[in-house]
Amino acid sequence: MIDRRSLIGTGAMSALALLAPRMAWAKAETDKRFVFIIQRGAADGLGTVAPVADPAFAGARGVLAADFDGAVRLDAMFALHPSLATIGGFYARDQALFAHAIASPYRDRSHFDGQNVLETGGAGAYRVKDGWMNRMLGVIPSGEAKAIAVAATVPMALRGSREVASYAPSALPDASDDLLQRVTMLYEGDSQLHSLWSEAMSTRKLTSDLAGDNGRNAAATGTLAAKLLAAPDGARIAMIETGGWDTHAQQRGRLGAQLKGLDAMIGALQAGLGPLWADTMVLVATEFGRTVAINGTGGTDHGTASSAMLMGGGVKGGRVIADWPGLEASALYEGRDLKPTMQLDAFIGGAVASHFGVDPKRTMMTLFPNTPDTPVVQGLLRA
Amino acid sequence: MSQQSIALNRFGLGGRPDDMLPDAPGKWLLMQFEKFETKPAVIAALPGRRQLAGELAAYLAETKQLRAEMAPRRKGIVNTATAPMMEDGQASMIAGRPVAPDVEKADGNPKDAVQQARQFARQQGRGHYVDAVGARSVVALTGPAPFVERLVHFWANHFAVSADKLTVIGLAGLFEFEAIRPHVLGKFGEMLAAVERHPAMLLYLDQAQSIGPNSQIGSRVANRPNRKLGLNENLAREILELHTLGVRTGYSQADVTEFARAMTGWTVAGLTSGAVARGAGSKGEPGDFIFAERIHEPGARTIMGKSYAQAGERQAQAVLSDLAVHPATAAHIATKLARHFAGDVPPPALVERLKAAFLSSSGDLPTVYRALIASPEAWVEQSAKFKTPWDWSISAMRALGTKTVQPQAVTGLLSQLGQPIWRPGSPAGYDDIAGSWAGSDAVMRRVEAAERFAARSGGAIDARALAPKLFPAAVSQATIQALARAESPGQALALLLVAPEFMRR
Repeated sequence: MIDRRSLIGTGAMSALALLAPRMAWAKAETDKRFVFIIQRGAADGLGTVAPVADPAFAGARGVLAADFDGAVRLDAMFALHPSLATIGGFYARDQALFAHAIASPYRDRSHFDGQNVLETGGAGAYRVKDGWMNRMLGVIPSGEAKAIAVAATVPMALRGSREVASYAPSALPDASDDLLQRVTMLYEGDSQLHSLWSEAMSTRKLTSDLAGDNGRNAAATGTLAAKLLAAPDGARIAMIETGGWDTHAQQRGRLGAQLKGLDAMIGALQAGLGPLWADTMVLVATEFGRTVAINGTGGTDHGTASSAMLMGGGVKGGRVIADWPGLEASALYEGRDLKPTMQLDAFIGGAVASHFGVDPKRTMMTLFPNTPDTPVVQGLLRA
Repeated sequence: MSQQSIALNRFGLGGRPDDMLPDAPGKWLLMQFEKFETKPAVIAALPGRRQLAGELAAYLAETKQLRAEMAPRRKGIVNTATAPMMEDGQASMIAGRPVAPDVEKADGNPKDAVQQARQFARQQGRGHYVDAVGARSVVALTGPAPFVERLVHFWANHFAVSADKLTVIGLAGLFEFEAIRPHVLGKFGEMLAAVERHPAMLLYLDQAQSIGPNSQIGSRVANRPNRKLGLNENLAREILELHTLGVRTGYSQADVTEFARAMTGWTVAGLTSGAVARGAGSKGEPGDFIFAERIHEPGARTIMGKSYAQAGERQAQAVLSDLAVHPATAAHIATKLARHFAGDVPPPALVERLKAAFLSSSGDLPTVYRALIASPEAWVEQSAKFKTPWDWSISAMRALGTKTVQPQAVTGLLSQLGQPIWRPGSPAGYDDIAGSWAGSDAVMRRVEAAERFAARSGGAIDARALAPKLFPAAVSQATIQALARAESPGQALALLLVAPEFMRR
């Protein structure tokens, strides 16, 4: 048998066009750049931007709270996960802000449905047939708004009537670590496959998606995205898909590694864009959050509200926007989750409208047609 | 596992999202005998034997000429006549080959010209090989008779040729299309006769070059010093050991040699060289099976105690006809079929039943298949087989609803998964037991490939809804749970493609 590594990067497999990192972009006639990084798998907002001053935090979070011992305080309530050093630097320079206790209109706990709502901009799963990023091409100053894309497939958020072509980088990755872990679980009850798989996995050190090769893979994706966005006639809108956020077990190491990769990716994006960073906005969001309490396997389960990030040269950063609901038992959504007090739709709508200088109401009607009357979150950019 | 799921997966090539589930699984399999297409359009559209063999014949003629031109140089004689002749382009007889630059460059060194011709012929053959892989895949993905297609794959592997030799690369697909498909629902003896006469087999196992020592040509060649031409036992041995009786089933080395003598004269028009080509004369179009009397060993042959006094081609055919209905052949085929459908250790009762069906019908294959379908051992609920890479790849593509392929991609995928199509590297074909395929590295590769398959189909397929279509009433709780908890539709699909249900059949 040929060495497993030789599978990677061979023409044979690339001919299948089965590629990652998954990224897609659209072209628009504007100098503004907009990047949406989706965290598939329900990223833990409480483990990213931690409400360390909330009296219930340390008790509920157990070992997960230990990450924040000595972490940089963002304000009187929140601290940033230490893996996010670059993003912390943006925050310090007032170029990054975080929104907390935020959620899309989706209130159940299915990844599939939650991502569908997040990407279509619908009020419920499968109610809207195209993606808000595709519709966004219709409201931003775009002229022909011809679309280009960079991915094996176009993610839901970018699908729609406006053409989004795709570009695929040539290097092929290993199977994602999250998939490998799930295969491990899937094979648990099957003695033959379990033993084969254990052997296969023992030859491979487990790292998480974004942390692959100690974050270098993620950084390469950021660099690539920057190249695609920097060209004068290049893309103006990009979407980067990240996976591996579904941390049901051993969350501490996995989330730390994921965040480190995210940090490296955004750092490389900023570095690659250079002066264009001034015209760039980066949104990071996930389909829903995770339970407040740590579970029996050092992880967290599917929850409701999470945190989101907004970064860029024009972002009015250096603050955490939150109508903090508190973590005491009586304050939780359905007794277990961080309660949503901010609408992700309104946050995205506010970010897009101000970044591209479009009327907020028109933005909301286009991006979130099921909740067009929601007022956007104002003041996300420096005047 | 439900009977429907067994019919789709163990007997067939896996479910498709648009498949109608068979109400009566056994009947569904039998009905496929009527639906099977011997020569579907995608195969009919490929270049035929005339073109493929014609290209090889042109290549052989060109290298022969180039070698002839080299001979004087070796002796230190500068042959000034060679260069102008080559510049005329006469050397370039291979269709489509660019004439001027290659030949002019080669002018300084005819050895290079031979190598270039060889490289060109290899690329040409490779192109035909890849096209044939694509056609085989499309038929496996879309054909109306997946059970019979599986049998085609079974028989092509039983009568394996391996695309290792330059002359076989382009012909390997043709071998399956011409010698296997038309006979998969016929008599075993008819398939055997077609297989052993096919140019790919005759060339692969060296029969095409075998000369009877006492034949007209053979006795002349034997008198020359330093000539190693003569009898070649390769195909005769493999017919006995692999194609019919099975290894160690009562034949001796003397029987092999006698059979090889009987086989002499069975060769291919236009694709041989030297004494054999002279012996074959100008009979037939390139690629045709011909019997060359002038290289056939004269006289009666005694094989396994029976005398064969027939003349010419009929002698070896008489041996083949006896082998085709021999009890040892029946046992050999029954064992391999039982292993293919009912498990690595084939149930003895099933083997006996298949053997009886084979013998009572004189090797009528549909009779044997009907016995298989009627046997409870083939319908046990426990998954019987770990899928080969080919089985897995085709079933994965079927699951995704794939109907067209990039032939180059399928070729590459199967190489990466460890089972390059028509290239087992041995006349024994690929192994048919889990030990050959269930390796840790192999499973990891499938997981990697599954993720890429899933990425390509994006979020468009809901694996939760697809699973019960592919495995009716047979999806395990563990798999259902894994799919439901997946973090994205793509991940769920990747998990489905490597779920235990999917790795076995």
